[in-house]
Parts: sequence; C-alpha cells; structure tokens
Amino acid sequence: MKGRVAALALASPLALILLAFLLVPIGTIVVVSFFDYDSVRMFPAFVWTNYEELLLSPITWKTYLQTLWFAAVTWAICLAIGFTVAYFLAFHVHSALMQTVLFLICTIPFWTSNVIRMISWIPFLGRNGILNSALLSMGAIDRPLEFLLFSDFAVVLAYVHLYALFMVVPIFNSMVRIDRSLVEAARDAGASEWQVLRNVIIPLARPGIAIGSILVVAVVMGDFVTVRLMSGGQSASVGLMMVNAMSLLQYPAAAANAVVLLVVVLLMIAAMLRVVDIRKEL
Amino acid sequence: MVETKAGKSKGIARRKLLGGVAGAALGSGAVTGFPTIWAQNIRNVVLRQFGTGVSNQNAIAEKCKEDLGITLQMTALDSDAVTQRAVTQPNSYDIADIEYWICKKVFPAGVLQPMDVSKIRLFDKIVPIFTTGKLTPTSTIAQGTAPNTVGFVDGPGSTRFASAPTQWFTMIPTIYNADTLGIRPDLVGRPIRNWKDIMDPAFRGKTSILNIPSIGIMDAAMICESAGVIRYGDKGNMTRAEIDKTIDFLIQAKRAGQFRAFWKTFDESVNLMASGEVVIQSMWSPAVTAVRSRGIPCVYQPLEEGYRAWGGGLALAKHLRGLQLDAAYEYINWYLSGWVGAYLNRQGYYSAVLETARQHMTADEWGYWMEGKPAQGEIKNPQGQVMERAGAVRDGGSFEQRMGAVACWNAVMDEDRYMVQKWNQFIAS
Repeated sequence: MKGRVAALALASPLALILLAFLLVPIGTIVVVSFFDYDSVRMFPAFVWTNYEELLLSPITWKTYLQTLWFAAVTWAICLAIGFTVAYFLAFHVHSALMQTVLFLICTIPFWTSNVIRMISWIPFLGRNGILNSALLSMGAIDRPLEFLLFSDFAVVLAYVHLYALFMVVPIFNSMVRIDRSLVEAARDAGASEWQVLRNVIIPLARPGIAIGSILVVAVVMGDFVTVRLMSGGQSASVGLMMVNAMSLLQYPAAAANAVVLLVVVLLMIAAMLRVVDIRKEL
Repeated sequence: MVETKAGKSKGIARRKLLGGVAGAALGSGAVTGFPTIWAQNIRNVVLRQFGTGVSNQNAIAEKCKEDLGITLQMTALDSDAVTQRAVTQPNSYDIADIEYWICKKVFPAGVLQPMDVSKIRLFDKIVPIFTTGKLTPTSTIAQGTAPNTVGFVDGPGSTRFASAPTQWFTMIPTIYNADTLGIRPDLVGRPIRNWKDIMDPAFRGKTSILNIPSIGIMDAAMICESAGVIRYGDKGNMTRAEIDKTIDFLIQAKRAGQFRAFWKTFDESVNLMASGEVVIQSMWSPAVTAVRSRGIPCVYQPLEEGYRAWGGGLALAKHLRGLQLDAAYEYINWYLSGWVGAYLNRQGYYSAVLETARQHMTADEWGYWMEGKPAQGEIKNPQGQVMERAGAVRDGGSFEQRMGAVACWNAVMDEDRYMVQKWNQFIAS
C-alpha cells in the first residue's frame, strides 16, 4: 500500500504536467476543430464542415503528398549521413576521448539558432551568391545555377543540414552499446565486413535508427519556416497551410488540419514502432 | 492624500469653468487652441496602442510623452496578427492602429467605437480622400476598400458603415501611400511602363509578387487587367469567376517559371531586390529606399494604369471612457497638429493633415516629398541619414500626381474566403 502511494506520488508531477500542457491543449484543438467560424470570429458548434473542406480539397492532398515527399527524401539522406557518421565514430575512432571530441564537434552547429543556420544558406546559394560566383569564376558553369535557391532542392538541403544530427545521436548511442565481442565473434566465424554490418551492426542499431527516424519525420512533417524561407514561398507544406489559415482567423480550419496531421504522424510513428520495438531492444 | 483630493477638486472646478468657456467658444466658432481640459490628470494616462504602421515608430511615443505627458505603449505586429488581436482581445488595447481594409473586417465585430468629429479640431483639414473619397472635387473614387467607404458609421453605437460622411468617424488616418512595382533600372534593360511588364518572358525567373493574399490579389488584378486577361467590375470586390481567372493566370505564370520567389516581409523584398534575385517585383516604398541606401539603383516605377493605394488609421477601443477617452482624443488632436505629419512625410509616407505638417517641414523638404520638385540640398530622413542628394526628384512626382492616380485600394472582398482558398492553391501549385 505504502509502495503504491509512493509510486503514485512519484508519477504525479509528470502526469500533471502532461495533463496540463499536452492533453488539455490537444483536447482543446480537437474541440475547436468542430467549431464554426466567419471572417473574424468562431462560434462553438459541432460541424463537420472543417474536415469536409479539408479532406475534399485536392490542394490538401497535394500538400500532404508534397510534405510526405519532403519527409521521405530528408529521412533517406539523413539516415545515410547519420548512419555513416555514427558508424565512423563508434567503430573507427578507437579512443573514447577522441569519440567524445568528435561527437561534440558534430553538435557545434546546434549552438546557433535554426533560423540563422537556414538563412545563411540564402546568400550562399543565390543567383549572385558565393557558390555561383565561385563556379562562374572557375569556368565550371557559364550561367548561374538557379535551382540552388528557392527550390525543392534548397528545402531538402536545409532540412538535412538542420536535422542530420537528430539521426547521428541516437544511432551513435545504439552503436556504442553494441558488445564488441559480437563483432569479433562474427569475424572469427568468417563474416566479411559487409556481413558484419548487415547481420550484426544494423540489427543492433535498429532502436537508434528508429528513434532518429521518428525525430526527423516528426519535425519535417510539422515544419513551415524552412519551406517558406528556402522555397521562397513557392512550395507548400502542411504547416504552412495551418499558418495561412490561422493568419486569416480561420482557427477551426487550422485545428482540423492539426488533428489530421497529428493522426497521420501518429500512424507513421506507429508503423515505425511495429518494425522496431524500441523498448524491447534498448 | 490631502494633496490628491485638492488636485481632484481643482480639476473638476477647471472642467466646469472650461465647459462654460468652451460653450462660448463653440458659439463664436473659435474652438481651436483652448487649454487642455484634463491637462493635470492626462499626464498620468497610459494608452496602449498596437498595430502595423505608426506603432513601429517609438519617436512618436517619445514626442507624445514630451508634449502631452501621455504614455503610449506601442506594440507592433503584422497585419494578420493585428486583425486577430483586435477582434479576439478587445480589452488588450486602447488604440488600434490598423489599415482600412482591416477596419472593414474588425469594426463590424463591435470592438471599436467611432469618434465624434466635433471633438477633432482639425477634422475639416483632413485630406478629403478620407472623408468624401475625392482628392479633388472632380476626381473619381478608386476601386477597392477606399477609406471613405469605411470612414463613417451611422451613430455612436453603430457598427454599420455609412455611405456618406456623418458625425461618427471610424479612424483617424495615420499614414497612406500609393504603391507600384519596384525595378532595378540597371538590370531590366528596357523602359517599364505597365503592370503587365512583370510578366514579360524576358524577366522569367526574375520577378516576385507578395504573398499576403489580400494585397497580392490586388497586385495580381492590376497585372491581369493591364495584360488584357480580364476586365474587372470591381478589383476590390471580385466575383468568383474573376478570382478563378486571375488565379489561373498566376498559376500558368508560376508553372512557366516566371517568379523567383514570393515575399511576405519587408526585409525579404529588400534582399530579393538588392541581391539581384529579382529585377522587377511588388514593393513598398520604404523598401525601395532601403535598397537605394545600399548604393544599389532601384526605382519605384510609376505605371500607366495607376497605383494600388493603402492607408492606415487610429481607431478607439470600445472600452475607452472617461479620462482615458479624453486622453485618446487629446492624443489624436496632437497627432494631427503637425509634428507627427512632418515626421511621417519625411519617411516618404503621406499624413492626414498636410497643412499643419507643412509648417514643420522646410521648404526644400516640402518641395521634394510633396510637390515633386528637385531637391535643393540633401534630403534627410527623421534619423538624420541622407536619403537623397541635391537634384533628386521623387519617383512618381507630387502628392497630387501620385495619390490622384490611384486605381484601387487594398481591399477585403465579399468572396474573401474563396479568394484565400484559391490563393493557397496558387502557392501550392
């Protein structure tokens, strides 16, 4: 009995915080998503029009597909980079000190704000930017490359730059926990480097890969600043749709979109967790 | 304690006395210039002003404190946030600094109160665009949400806009201007005369328009009409068919790669132009100045079809009463009395009462900013930075030439919701 009280007492602070700052706001969003609205105000009601207008509009589907595409491309590139960097740190750098130093170097970009790191790409990639000027003066191109900025390329580049570390950290964390004797045993049993990687390291690094994937996908799905700045306002994302709706005081429409996005992201995460049981493998 | 009491009774006595005097003065028609009724108490009043335009200018708040003793707490927000807050948090502000098209949305929500024009000393001197809608008796009223169409309501408690001037004025104009396209004269390589020139294939991938639906659609309308794609009944209040046609035209241009980017904030437009990413785009007048101040040539090009105009004003919150309301009227009267007008004119905006503003400007400043005359000496902004050197002439010329050639005002349409859906489709396409 005493144990139960203590357990409840220990769990209650977090439970209360989650209740107040997670469940109540999400509940509010769900409630508001059924409200009706005009050009300046919203009215308590229970209508499905917000969902109907959202789900029956081809723009919504297009935007969701576009966002999913951004998420998929970013995820794939982040995974490739994240896995390689983590693998190098965990298996090719032998001293623990050096590992820590190199790992800290990876985090240095995070000392400046997201927005600044993103904006600094703009003068670099622009028509008369540093990259184009350099390529022109080297004679590699005879006219500026315009796809570099205000394009899907620029958006994905910024995403990868911003979020690759989200992939490095958990994968690295999983890899350093791998018992080295397993790798040795595999080698002794005659496995090639490739076989070690495929049959030992990747399966054991799966929880890290899953956590990194969840982080990257969740962040990209909800983003709007990167898309707006790097596409020069020419691309859409689900987040931007919501911002646009809110800026026109169409809160219920934005709330409905938020609920749909939440469901989509939760489904994606559920799918990932079906592939990898994080808790079992940690 | 004793002192406060004494102060109060004195205030009341003054009020009674002045009431009598004011009555007499009204009779004789010499209303202007009587001493401030609440002068003693007003010094302690705080007015919370929020909005887009002049609320960005702390110098006005400082001068107001100095001259009247009223403390203005300024909060600057973008126009979307202003609309939201004006409607949803009506007790969080005392004075709303909003644009006329925002007024059309916000006033009917019953969160603002109209002003009694008899308490505004210089009401008769306000530029007639805001009262009758006509700059000169012969001019025609432009399309869109022209300020005079939302300038008056029927009575003190009314939220219905009156079709002709009444005693109840919704907003005191603060700043207004005539917008057009900005160009890089060194990079366009040909004269620019019409709005449709932005769609010239020669500028493929080097143009931009602004991505604020309610304003962007007006620029788009100017472009479409100029290109002969469509002839609008009223650009400021399009039908669904007109919206469809306009957006289809934009989508085609976007697919063909005509646009480099769409901008949403002032600094984005400056950077696009200054970096040479675009050579012709929608622009606001201070952005042109900002590009030029970097030593990069930039012209605010007058176009044959005319300008797209915008304007903002100060409106009173519904909850204002008593001393605070009196202080607000005092502030507004001070606002029109000249110093602020000159301060705003010197930034390239226009102000509500030109006559008093002129008294606070030099002849050269007045000639350059308002009369389209070549500058005699250096023209400086209110911060003392040199804006133009001797010989410079303002793009577009005089006040009458610019404000007299307004084709439409920023507007909010009856089909607003549909327009925004279509605009989002354009951005997503």
